[in-house]
Amino acid sequence: MAGSTSFFALALVSCAGDPPSILEPAGPGARSVERLWWPMLWISTAVFLVVAGMLVAAVVRAKRDPDRSLDRREIGWGEPFIAVAGVFLPFVILAGVYVFSLQEMNELANRGKGAATNIEVIAHNWWWEVRYENSAVSANEIHIPTGRPIRLELTSADVIHSFWVPELQVKTDHIPGRTNHMWLQADEPGRYRGQCAEYCGLQHANMIFYVIAHEPQEFERWLAHEVEPAGLPEEAEAQAGAAIFMESSCAGCHAVRGTQAAANLGPDLTHFSTRTTIAGVLPNARSNLHLFVRDPHGIKPGVAMPPTELDADELDAVLDYLEALD
Amino acid sequence: MATIAQRLGAIWSESPGLVGFISTVDHKRIGLRYFYTGVIFFILGGLEALLIRVQLAQARLEILDPEAYNQLFSMHGITMMFLFAMPVLSGFGNYFVPLMIGARDMAFPRLNAFGYWIFLAGGIFMYSAFLTGSAPNDGWFNYLPLGDADFSPGLNIDYYALGLIFLGISTTGGAINFIVTILKMRAPGMTVNRIPIFVWGELAMAFQIVFALPLLTLACVLLFLQRRFGFHFFDASAGGDPLLWQHLFWIFGHPEVYIVVLPAFGIASAIIPTHARRPMVGYTYIVLAELATALIGFGVWVHHMFATGLPQMTMAFISAASFMVAIPSGVQVFAWLATLVTGRLVLRTPMLYILGFVATFVIGGVTGVMFSAIPFDQATTDSMFVVAHLHYVLVGGAVFPMFAAIYHWGPKMTGRMLDERFGKLSFWLVFFGFNLNMFPLHISGLLGQPRRTYTYEPGLGWDIHNLISTLGAFMLGIGVLVVIVDWIRSSRRGLLAGDDPWHGETLEWATSSPPPHYNFLTVPTVRSKEPNWDQPDLKGGQAPKDGGHPLDGGHTTLSTSMLDATPQAVVHMPHESPWPFYLSVALFVLFFAFLLDAYLVAAVAGLASMGALMGWFWPRGETQET
Repeated sequence: MAGSTSFFALALVSCAGDPPSILEPAGPGARSVERLWWPMLWISTAVFLVVAGMLVAAVVRAKRDPDRSLDRREIGWGEPFIAVAGVFLPFVILAGVYVFSLQEMNELANRGKGAATNIEVIAHNWWWEVRYENSAVSANEIHIPTGRPIRLELTSADVIHSFWVPELQVKTDHIPGRTNHMWLQADEPGRYRGQCAEYCGLQHANMIFYVIAHEPQEFERWLAHEVEPAGLPEEAEAQAGAAIFMESSCAGCHAVRGTQAAANLGPDLTHFSTRTTIAGVLPNARSNLHLFVRDPHGIKPGVAMPPTELDADELDAVLDYLEALD
Repeated sequence: MATIAQRLGAIWSESPGLVGFISTVDHKRIGLRYFYTGVIFFILGGLEALLIRVQLAQARLEILDPEAYNQLFSMHGITMMFLFAMPVLSGFGNYFVPLMIGARDMAFPRLNAFGYWIFLAGGIFMYSAFLTGSAPNDGWFNYLPLGDADFSPGLNIDYYALGLIFLGISTTGGAINFIVTILKMRAPGMTVNRIPIFVWGELAMAFQIVFALPLLTLACVLLFLQRRFGFHFFDASAGGDPLLWQHLFWIFGHPEVYIVVLPAFGIASAIIPTHARRPMVGYTYIVLAELATALIGFGVWVHHMFATGLPQMTMAFISAASFMVAIPSGVQVFAWLATLVTGRLVLRTPMLYILGFVATFVIGGVTGVMFSAIPFDQATTDSMFVVAHLHYVLVGGAVFPMFAAIYHWGPKMTGRMLDERFGKLSFWLVFFGFNLNMFPLHISGLLGQPRRTYTYEPGLGWDIHNLISTLGAFMLGIGVLVVIVDWIRSSRRGLLAGDDPWHGETLEWATSSPPPHYNFLTVPTVRSKEPNWDQPDLKGGQAPKDGGHPLDGGHTTLSTSMLDATPQAVVHMPHESPWPFYLSVALFVLFFAFLLDAYLVAAVAGLASMGALMGWFWPRGETQET
């Protein structure tokens, strides 16, 4: 795939120290948050400075005047000061921020209404299943076109999870028995890090995914390819690997569309080699794949996938097969 | 007068030795027990926090495995809320409420003793989970269905459910006791507008507990039924609702924050006038603000659930209430500031901690207001930003005042002054340590770091903030250690405090340090909001001609009317009794039997509990002793 090299380039950039920051919004969702943040920060800073200033003034006064005798004089401005600084001003400021925040809440709600494309995201312990309208299925990566909102349908297969791509959008929970809706929009093509934000057990920390935004035509091409079933690999090693995959426990949990492997306990692997990560945590490279399949618990302790029972040659063949799934 | 003291000493004395140890009903002894036990749990919770911070000091460290991490962060939260903050604040309340209102004990001394034993038993119950490596591991909030038997087999969550039900007995009993004590046991003349603000804080806390805690208990009972007996309250696949748990938990859980900070604010309001050498500015404002917080605090729980997909209209109302609840806190802050600015500050350790408290709490307050803005809450909830915020509120707003109270009230409790050099050193370590510990986490949260994660990837810009945070945590830990060492040294070898080392304004300073069993030689008549400043007649026991009531004819104290505190009755106070202790032991066995599915043992322990209750309430003579 032509696009995949640029994804790896982006991945490298992100490895060099690129935080998924709320304050570097890459879409209108996160921009709503940023618009709220700066005024709230400045107001908060002002409040803190007033308080700190008064504390300093009290200490300075105490240092200058050694008199520690009891002072029973009433201060006339005391209660009016509390009424103004503690009640009236906060009320006015808070009411203003409240109205502003409701506007941004509306903005967040309304922008998603016209979304045409629908993507289903099903959260599992501890990975993300992604289903597109054309019945393409993938995992731990959500591909979207740039420039328009995409509607998300968020559900859970087990416990509560929360969908969070800090640079693009606020959080929405995946709750068993409910379907929540959210939308995503990215201004520019790129790879945006997402992570489960609701504590969900042992591997909550490694329940990572990426949103990959493409130019619209590029997205259509990607989607058309993604829905294709997997082709039969050309190389003999990989073909042997396919046979081992189908006969061993791999096919008990994973699907490869177009083959007899159709289970959906684990991620769909149909176009596995085009993904940028293994299980959301490792860059998709042969050595990492070897590491993960041999003992997933060394990477994500507690996941459902058991260490492989294949011998070294069989494992090599299966990895060849996985790398041929493009 | 000596004869009154001798007579009262004989009437109010308690048995020595082991019998006295398990039978005592003296609110001061019980208060100190709450305090010491709570501090031990504070040390345990602090060690858990340090382990958490070590694991997060750098990306991809493998010092703790994920299960250990999850148990530690869960127990850190449970410990700090239920086994440290609430008990220690109850401890100060137990010790000082009767002294500040001029009573000889709490309204229900045996219930008071029972509350402590249950707290101790509940704490041991919770911590025994570590012995089998099955401490609660789904957080102090324990969301369902993660906490259900399917996803959390093992005893971890059973410890959580039963432990919190168990501890709730203690807290509820304590709260009822505070309410009755404060409303009915005040010294004559302590009208409703002369009640010390600290006492108001404990009253607000007690009312919140009475209304909030039953929801937690209910939630835990439903949870236990679902885990053990196949009920489906929170099970979506059988028509239940996982969000029901969140509602029940947070209707308790948000008021819980105020349950911790309101009495701590009360501590600040008790210390500020004494150490600023002037009466509090805006007494009425502060009292109304505490009560308003207690009330509005019940209307904001849904802001913990803004990401769950609730209707916008619901969120808009809760958002408005969440903005509003900031106002009473602001009122208190500005009342303290007005008092401090116009005061003559005694810059010793209590005041340093109070200044640190105001500065730190305000940071937690302003970030708290930010969460009222729905989109910002949805962006930052469950991120490290929340971790930073809540620690600024709870450490800044509650732990700093507690340290101030240790230095301010410690001399009253032990009779000896703490060491000023240790105190100042501890303050600077705690102040800078805490801010280094928590401020960077605001930033890492904004940079996208979620909370409750045992590890994180390198290269996301989170490392440096987490490293600074860990170093700060150790600095804070050393500061706490300095306080503990100071307490141990000074309570034995410190300078003698005398009755009134700070020249305080409230009644606890009008008796000896530590006070005798009967608190006051005479139950005083109060004629001022700052009685110890305005009534020289209080020194050494108010003489009967000035309104003092010796009440030396029996084990009695005065009961007064709720608003005007006019004397209504001489109340016979219960004597020491071992039955609260026996009942606690029986209940301890009962809860363990439930935990281990040993229902026959549970039945026996249940019968034993009833036997203990009968022993407790068995009629002995003319007066009923509860």
